[in-house]
Parts: sequence; C-alpha cells; structure tokens
Amino acid sequence: MALTVLATNNWYDLRDLSNLSRVILEGVDRFAPHGIVYVLAPLIGFAASFLIFVLPSQLFVGVYGERKLIGRIQSRYGPNRVGPFGLLQPIADAIKLMQKEALTPWAADVAVMWIAPIVFVAPCVLLFAVIPFGPRMVFADIPTALLYFLAVSSLPVLAAFMAGWSANNKYSLFGAMRVVSMAVSYEVPLVLGLLGVVLFTGTLGLQDLIFWQKDNHIWLIAVQPVAFVLYFIGVSAELNRTPTDIAEAESEIVAGYLTEYSGMKWGLFYGMDIGYALAAAAFGSTVFLGGWSMFGLDRWVPPWMIIVGKTHLFYFTFLWTRATLPRLRIDQLMTFAWKFMLPVALANLFIVATERIIWTENGLSDNIVYLYAVVNIVLAVALLVGWSRFLGYRPERTPSKARLVYEVGGYVPVPVAPAKGEGRP
Amino acid sequence: MSVGIEEFLTVGALLFCLGLGVALSKRNAIGVLMGVELMLNAVNLTLITFSRFSVSDRPITGQTFVVFVITVAAAEAAVALALAVSVYRNRDTVDVDRINLLKS
Amino acid sequence: MNGVGPTLAFYALAGVTLIAGGGVMASRNLLHAVLFLILSFVGIAGFFALLSAEFIAMAQVIIYVGAISVLVLFAVLLTPRAGRNNGETKMLAPAVLLAISLAAVFIFVITDTDWPTVATSPSLTASDLGEALLTTWVLPFELASVLLTAALVGAIMLVRTVEEEAEDALA
Repeated sequence: MALTVLATNNWYDLRDLSNLSRVILEGVDRFAPHGIVYVLAPLIGFAASFLIFVLPSQLFVGVYGERKLIGRIQSRYGPNRVGPFGLLQPIADAIKLMQKEALTPWAADVAVMWIAPIVFVAPCVLLFAVIPFGPRMVFADIPTALLYFLAVSSLPVLAAFMAGWSANNKYSLFGAMRVVSMAVSYEVPLVLGLLGVVLFTGTLGLQDLIFWQKDNHIWLIAVQPVAFVLYFIGVSAELNRTPTDIAEAESEIVAGYLTEYSGMKWGLFYGMDIGYALAAAAFGSTVFLGGWSMFGLDRWVPPWMIIVGKTHLFYFTFLWTRATLPRLRIDQLMTFAWKFMLPVALANLFIVATERIIWTENGLSDNIVYLYAVVNIVLAVALLVGWSRFLGYRPERTPSKARLVYEVGGYVPVPVAPAKGEGRP
Repeated sequence: MSVGIEEFLTVGALLFCLGLGVALSKRNAIGVLMGVELMLNAVNLTLITFSRFSVSDRPITGQTFVVFVITVAAAEAAVALALAVSVYRNRDTVDVDRINLLKS
Repeated sequence: MNGVGPTLAFYALAGVTLIAGGGVMASRNLLHAVLFLILSFVGIAGFFALLSAEFIAMAQVIIYVGAISVLVLFAVLLTPRAGRNNGETKMLAPAVLLAISLAAVFIFVITDTDWPTVATSPSLTASDLGEALLTTWVLPFELASVLLTAALVGAIMLVRTVEEEAEDALA
C-alpha cells in the first residue's frame, strides 16, 4: 500500500484535514487535564463529519436541491417563491417546523412516541463515523466496517416500527408493518451482494477497500456490476425512497408511520431520511466508486472534495429514480425482492466465488481483474436480462405510447399467465 | 481501574438468572420466549468472555461457538413464534395457563 | 482490561443491559417488554465489541436486533386479541426465588475460582473466525445451515391457514 500523498503535515494544509484536528488535540492536551482529549476527539469527529458535511448537504441538496430537481425533471417548477429561485426554501421549512406544534395524540404511547425520532437520528450520525474522507481522515477505521454499515442500517427500521405502533392508529400500524417487512426482505439480497464484494477483495474494512481499488486501478463497480445494482435497489428500499416508498405513500395511507407526527418530530424523520440517503450514497461511493481515490487525481485535489462530489453524484441517481419511477405495490415489491433479486444475488455469489478461486488457486497476476471486469459486466447483463425474461417480463409487449381506451376499442387486458389454482374443475 | 474476567462473568450470570426468572414466570408465551432469548444472550456473553480471557491455544473457539448459538437461537425463535401464532389461531389465546388441553 | 475508558464502558453497558433485563421482567405492557429486550440485545452487542469480538458484535446487531426482534414484534402484532399484558403466572415467587439462589451460586463460584487469564487479548480477526468455521468446525457449520432451512420451512408450514394449504395442495 504505497501511500504517496502530496499533503504535508502542516496544520494549514487543507488537503489532509487530520492535520488540523491533530494540532487542536495536541494543543488541548498540553494545558487540559489528562483524559479530556478522548472526549474532545469524538466531538471534533462528529462536528467534522456530520455537522460540516451532512447538515448543510441535507438542507441544500436534500431539501432544496431534491425538490427543485425533481420538479424540473417532472416538467414543473420546484420551489421558487422564497428568495431568488427558491434558495431560501430550506430555511423557511426549518422555521416553519420549529414553530409548529408537535402534537401528541391522547391515546398514543407517549414515551415510545418521543423516543422513536431519537432512535431514528442516532444511527444516521453513527454511519458517518466509518466513512473515510481521505487517506488519514477516517474517524473510526473499524476492520469490519461493511458489517457495521449493515448492522446500523437495520436500526432505523425499528425506529420506524416504534413510531408507527406508538401512534395507536390503524394507518400508522399498516405503514409500520409494511416498512418493516419491506426492509427485512430487501436486506437479504443487499447482504449477499456485498458478500460478493467481500469475497472478491478479501477485506471488510472501508479504507482497505479504497486502497484495493486504488492499487488495482479499477473501481469495484466495473468488477461487480450485479453487486452494485443489488446495492442500489436494496438501499433505496431500506431508505423508503420511491419507487419503494410504500411506507409513507402519500396517496395511500395518509402518511404511513408518520401520520401522527408533526412539527419538529416530523422534521427529524424527514431530515434523517435525507441524511440516511446521503450516508448510503457515501457508503456506496466508497465501496463501488472508489471513495476518495480518483486514479491519481487525489494527489492534487483534496480527497474529501472527491468523496463529497461522488456522494452527491450517487444521491443525484437516487433523486433521478425517485423523480421518474412510479410507486410499486407491496406485493409487487415483495415478489421483486424474493423472486428476482435473491436468485440473482445467489448466482452472482457463485460466479464471484468461482472467479476468486480461479484467481488464487492458480496464482494468476493481478491484471486478471480487468478480464474479470469485462466478463462480469457481460455476465451481469446476461443474468439480469435472462432472469427477468424467465420470470415473464417481455419488454416488447409494453406499449411504447399510452393509448386512450376508446381508440383501442375498449379495455385491452395485458395477457397474463394463469394463476396456479385456475384451470382445474 | 481495571475490569477482569470476574466482572464480565458476573454480568453474564445475572443476565442468565434474569432470563430464567422471566422464562419461568411470564403468562404470555411470547414473554417466555423473551426470557429464553435473554438466557441465550447471557451464554453468548460468557463464551466470548472466555474466548478473550482464557489461556488457550485456540481462542477463536469461543467465537465459533457463539456463531452456532446465535444460529440455533434464531431458528428456535422462528419456530417458537410460529407455534405461538398457530396456537393463537386455534385456541384464541397465548396464555400458557390456558393452553392445557392435555391436562388430565 | 485497564484504563478509565474500558472500565467506564463496562459499567455503563452493564447498567444498560441489566436494567433492560429488569425492564423485560417488570414492564406491564408486552410491547414495552419487547423494546427493553431490544435494548438488552444492543447492550450485549456493546459487550462483544468491548471484548474485541467485533464480527460477533455486528452479527448480533444484524441478527438479533434486525431480525429476531422483528419476528417477535410481528408475532405480538399477529396475536391481537390475546391481550398485550405481560403479567406473571402464580409461579412468580418460586421463579424469583430460584433465580436469586441460582445467581448467588453463580456469583460465589465466579468469585471463588482462580481463573487463569491472559493479560493481552489474542488478536482475532474475522478471517480467523472464517477459517475456524470452514476447517475445524465445518460439519457443525453445514448442519447449522440444514437446521436453518428446516426451521424456515417448518415455520412457514406452521403458520399457513387452511385456504393457503388448499391452494398449494396436489389435485
């Protein structure tokens, strides 16, 4: 792991922000009682990774950028009343939420209802602790960081359930059960896809994954395209984003598990929705898109700028799918997770394990990664297209232009294979 | 200011006895299952403590045992809860005192 | 384990876990008891991380907090008319007595034994665990997967309603 960075150890060298934190901590250690730096270091890490990166991103990219961009993609103006081009919209939203009354229904379970937003916010902050912003700028370089991400991302599901149940309201309970069952179903292909990545690179830590991608001069998205697709779909399902946002389907079940929340409690849920999307985007760009390394560009451009840019690019992809795809029904979602994604994940695991064995048992050189990238991309396209055709998806039968009912001459049902129970006397 | 093996084992023992109390005294079948899960967690804690602190030439054995205990606990929780739901559908109760058809 | 940090972490985690265990015992509402159980699972995961078993700590959170707790919550929600009360049977007093005496026996044995311990933790990584599971313990590993499949199929078969069984029955 040859680490040739141009960043020096001076405190003013912004290319490596760990210089700044090290100088601050050493300075404090000189005239403060002995153990205070251990408390100060996490606070600095929290301030750096969450307060400076995530909160402004949440406000500008998440609230304003998302609504404006989705509006423009859908041929309408986004927010354009508050301030020039609607730029002050997040501030207006924040002020509105803070002065709004946070109602608590009389029959609700007050303790659980108050704790649920806290349990929702905490894992999002925890997730940013492991993301490396540079070669020496990672707050907690855990050797099992991938597993940490999976563990922490299963916690907000519980918070959503607590929120939905505590409101003592049928619609909230529906929303809560839907979101829990959806999250649990989509976790399985997500874990199996990431397992393929771990098998291939042989490491679970995020900084090690970035160094693997840097040393082999290839991004993991090229070597593991199926894993990337599974990660993208799995993580948008965990985040309850359209097309899988049945949890708070606005037109269906009032507001799902958030029905009884108003004011800043709702604001916490909404803000952390965006915060989680940013965390998942940061994580995805670390594992699949190379993190802070950019084929050598990271020696001149500060690496934290590179990863921030990649995170926002990934978040833009989330936003794009949200703007264009319609919402799926709950049974369509479950079928998709269990019947489509799980076999694809298992087949991917077989392919990756075979490739890895061929690589290590025969002692082939490391340049075979490029051959594997090409082979994997071809196999990924073949697997995804082939499996969906096997399950009955025929894109040539989808009409390319919407047809009006009276033009076609009445209702034209799309031919569907008969269900298993029919056809018997 | 140090913590040794005895403190960890004490916590494990106390948690085990808490779980035992819950499992033996709850009326709801799901409550009994929660007690069993507490006991299994206490056992896991004891195993990992021994893996960390004991003099051994293969200290990883404690962690492998915990993997198996977690697996078996998950399987047992699934089947026990399926049983509870099935009993509820037939008897309309999950009260362990009222599921006494086999009583003489 | 020396130092202020690990000691403080140990006592904080012990407090959280034992109080959560007490909450499972003492809370009247079944769903509150489940939430306390989840808190105790998280406390145990913290203990695993303190004992340098990070893989097991993450696995504990993913499996126990992420999956088993969800199972318990679904079971509670699928039994609506059974009442949500977490009351005790008339075996409460003997059970508590047994638990306290067992705790006394355990604590006496623990403090009385002379445990041979290592001072520095053996550095065990996830790859050591994987190696052990696939070389020395491969037979229980495979049997565990068979057990999980059996439990999966069994749980699904147990909760099928009569109509669902009729749908899939052979004609």
